[in-house]
Amino acid sequence: MKTTAQGQLNDFVIKLANVNGTGSATANSLLMKAIFRMGVPAMGKNFFPSNIQGLPTWFEIRVNKDMHLARSGRVDVMVAMNAETYEQDLAEVSPGGTLIYDSTWPRHKTLTRDDITILGVPLAKLCNENFDKVRTRILMKNIAYFGALAALLDIDMPVVHDLLKDTFAGKPKLIPANLKAIELGYDYARENFECPLATRLEPLNCTADHILIDGNMACALGCIYAGATFAAWYPITPSTSLMDSFKAFCEYYRKDSETGQNRYCIVQAEDEIGAIGMAIGAGWMGARAFSCTSGPGISLMSEFLGFAYFAEVPVVVFDVQRVGPSTGMPTRTQQADLVSCAYASHGDTRQVLLFPADPGECFELSVRAFDLADRLQTPVIVMTDLDIGMNDWMCPALQWDDSYRPDRGKVLGAEELENVEDFQRYLDKDGDGICYRSLPGVHPNGAYFTRGSGHNESAQYTENAEEYQQMLDRLNRKSQTAAGIVPKSVIAPAAQKTHLGLISLGSCDNAVRETLEILAEENVHIDYLRVRAFPFGADVREFLNAHELIFVVEQNRDAQLKTLLLAETDVDKSRLHSVLHYSGFPIDFGNICEPIRQHIRGNVAA
Amino acid sequence: MSYIAKPRIIHKGLSRNELGLTLRDYEGRMSTLCAGCGHDSISSALVQAVFELNIEPHRVAKMSGIGCSSKTPAYFLNTAHGLNTVHGRMPAIATGANAVNREVCCIGVSGDGDSLSIGLGQFAHVIRRNLNMLYLIENNGVYGLTKGQFSASADVGSKAKKGEVNEQPPIDPVLSALALGGSFVARSFSGDKEQLVPLLKAGIAHLGFAMIDVLSPCVTFNDHEDSTKSYAHTRQFFRRAIHADFVAPAEAIRTVYDEGDIMSVKLHDGSHILLRKVSGDYDPRDRSAAFSYIQEHQARGEIVTGLLYIDENLPEMHKLQHTVAEPLRDLDYETLTPGAAALKELNKNLR
Repeated sequence: MKTTAQGQLNDFVIKLANVNGTGSATANSLLMKAIFRMGVPAMGKNFFPSNIQGLPTWFEIRVNKDMHLARSGRVDVMVAMNAETYEQDLAEVSPGGTLIYDSTWPRHKTLTRDDITILGVPLAKLCNENFDKVRTRILMKNIAYFGALAALLDIDMPVVHDLLKDTFAGKPKLIPANLKAIELGYDYARENFECPLATRLEPLNCTADHILIDGNMACALGCIYAGATFAAWYPITPSTSLMDSFKAFCEYYRKDSETGQNRYCIVQAEDEIGAIGMAIGAGWMGARAFSCTSGPGISLMSEFLGFAYFAEVPVVVFDVQRVGPSTGMPTRTQQADLVSCAYASHGDTRQVLLFPADPGECFELSVRAFDLADRLQTPVIVMTDLDIGMNDWMCPALQWDDSYRPDRGKVLGAEELENVEDFQRYLDKDGDGICYRSLPGVHPNGAYFTRGSGHNESAQYTENAEEYQQMLDRLNRKSQTAAGIVPKSVIAPAAQKTHLGLISLGSCDNAVRETLEILAEENVHIDYLRVRAFPFGADVREFLNAHELIFVVEQNRDAQLKTLLLAETDVDKSRLHSVLHYSGFPIDFGNICEPIRQHIRGNVAA
Repeated sequence: MSYIAKPRIIHKGLSRNELGLTLRDYEGRMSTLCAGCGHDSISSALVQAVFELNIEPHRVAKMSGIGCSSKTPAYFLNTAHGLNTVHGRMPAIATGANAVNREVCCIGVSGDGDSLSIGLGQFAHVIRRNLNMLYLIENNGVYGLTKGQFSASADVGSKAKKGEVNEQPPIDPVLSALALGGSFVARSFSGDKEQLVPLLKAGIAHLGFAMIDVLSPCVTFNDHEDSTKSYAHTRQFFRRAIHADFVAPAEAIRTVYDEGDIMSVKLHDGSHILLRKVSGDYDPRDRSAAFSYIQEHQARGEIVTGLLYIDENLPEMHKLQHTVAEPLRDLDYETLTPGAAALKELNKNLR
């Protein structure tokens, strides 16, 4: 029995190639959780098709003792369960790696490689012999390969048993069959191969105080803790599970224990235009309200986003970005809505955007989004993406401070309005561009007419040039105020003083940080700024000014973050160098390392 | 259209409602619509209806889309919050506003372009949700602000001011609302205040979506000969199928009616609508009969008006949503946050 020559302990990538709709997700999730529960850092990414059943789907788990959890570009262990993609999956295994396949049926003789280990496990045969129902046989094949991997990778069996108990706590009847399937795979591997492989696991203590959570769930939880009571949406991948989560949390946390009635309202709208309109209506009435969507939804919501910007109504929108343009690839990830969101709608608009990098930050920034929307009386768009939104990330356990109270901003109550004779909704009393707001139904003195048409400080219709310009300039002032109160950038200075900088955002973060460590070992030192909000704060300008050459790393074709930096700061174009990734798969560190090396080499040569 | 705002002098003799307010307290800003515009008559009927219902003006939220009709919320209830949304999207705003404050009275004003063309989808879906609001379509068959194009409610054969004849069949808001399951469907005429005011009151008191299609001639672009939305044409062909009298909860039903001619519908707030048949054996509680009655008369060129359908038992949005009685926007943060302890528990389940 041949095993990999140079195995890696707690540092490898497992990829599972499946057919969608066959129940592989459960097995893959069990595998990742088992590794995580062994105390070994792990993160899985799901590459699934926009389809219900029959198309190829992959799940990739990066296991890394040093907490590097971005994609690495390697595949050390491939579980090839899909005949249709077998050739491609075989080719993808890194030299020295291992491929496991279902040996119930013969493999094509020409499809082989000498530089990897190929292990056949007769999964279908084992399951057909041990289970009666057709559907069970299909499902258990997946659980059986999990069993084989447990033997090959040396997964703790007590961990596996506990995990099964927890996973099927609601359906304990399923446990015996799953245990049986695990044993089938486990025993077969032990009997036929030298277990464990050199590429294997060993318990660590790196995941205590951590959780596995996807960004959509974390955003939904943020909405709960921010006190949002209204949500409207239209189903769209990859944002749907955000509202599913919000609904589940509401049902758990927001039911009146006596009457069973809801302290929330979720409306599935007729389209994204309706969804954003409803959220704006609720915001105007004084509730915390949000919608969630993806790129196509943003396009449809744009007119209303311009309305809320100009009429100054708070609302929060989550844009879980996917691949565009148009329908694009709905189940692939990208950061390509930056420009369309920053200036959403016709006319001079500038929206407030937040860029969380992981689910932990999704939770934190979702709460911040509602505070900012109320404070600034404007839409705030939380920009995540499919990678953050739909994959389970390993994050520090979520924290909450019970002293938190929502910042509802400048809202006049009945008592304050009692003494107001001539309420001027759009009068900038404080000089920060933010005016005082009143809510419907509170006091007759607070009445005003909210409109998207030209209006003066008293909210009256105007076509007067001076009044209109005054309004537009004041909104610009508010935008400057926004830049001062949005979340600050996260700055990671290099170990040595350097003229090189790197700016990135969102889900690029893990790959960027790994890149910077690798380059530092090659004596290339780069300061790193991760921008967390738009409009850009002073920290972004200072960072740009402090570096001669700045790499801008982002996941789109058109360098949209760079476009925003050029449009909103005085930075010289020649000092920004784009590193772009737009395959639809999450960026890996190789996608960043190599272009930076090449650029530096090229510059030195020149 | 007037150039001088009326002085705010309240005569001692002006009648006051139960709140001690006069009609003047329910008025709005000066209208900037054309002199003789039907929409101004509707605004005036609304002022009277809300006054007579003894609703504090600031407890009303008035919303609209885009177009001449949608300008009108500025012309009534000066001390109510108003919101002029983007074109055709008032139902969405109203849905969100009502969802988080079920105590404020929602009045939406739309037009035939706003509801039947750009906003047809929203119009259909707000009916499905049976949102508790009064929804007016100020229907003149024409786009006024862009100077006279046909709207989707223009009748076949109707002639535009510039001579073009419409050949596309109209979308009838009343038949549409009936087909979509509307719980309160009415049609009226801006020139018939006697019919309109009780309808508006009933529509506001109705717990659910009350749609009133009000024919409201456009004096500038659609009041000529050969237009089927002109004052003259509407006056000639409109037929009252039923007359609605609105009786507030506290009032006794004093008028004596002939037995058999009267139908009483009790509304959720204890008020009644007394429906007097004007022609035939019309029953506004029978959806399919209403549908065929209207279609038959339409085929004869007649415009059937009145409260054409009502079902007070269809659940409105809050009932369907099982929301708490207190407005969501007024809930204390303490009742909304699960707190740090709950998060700690949740963290355990995410391992």
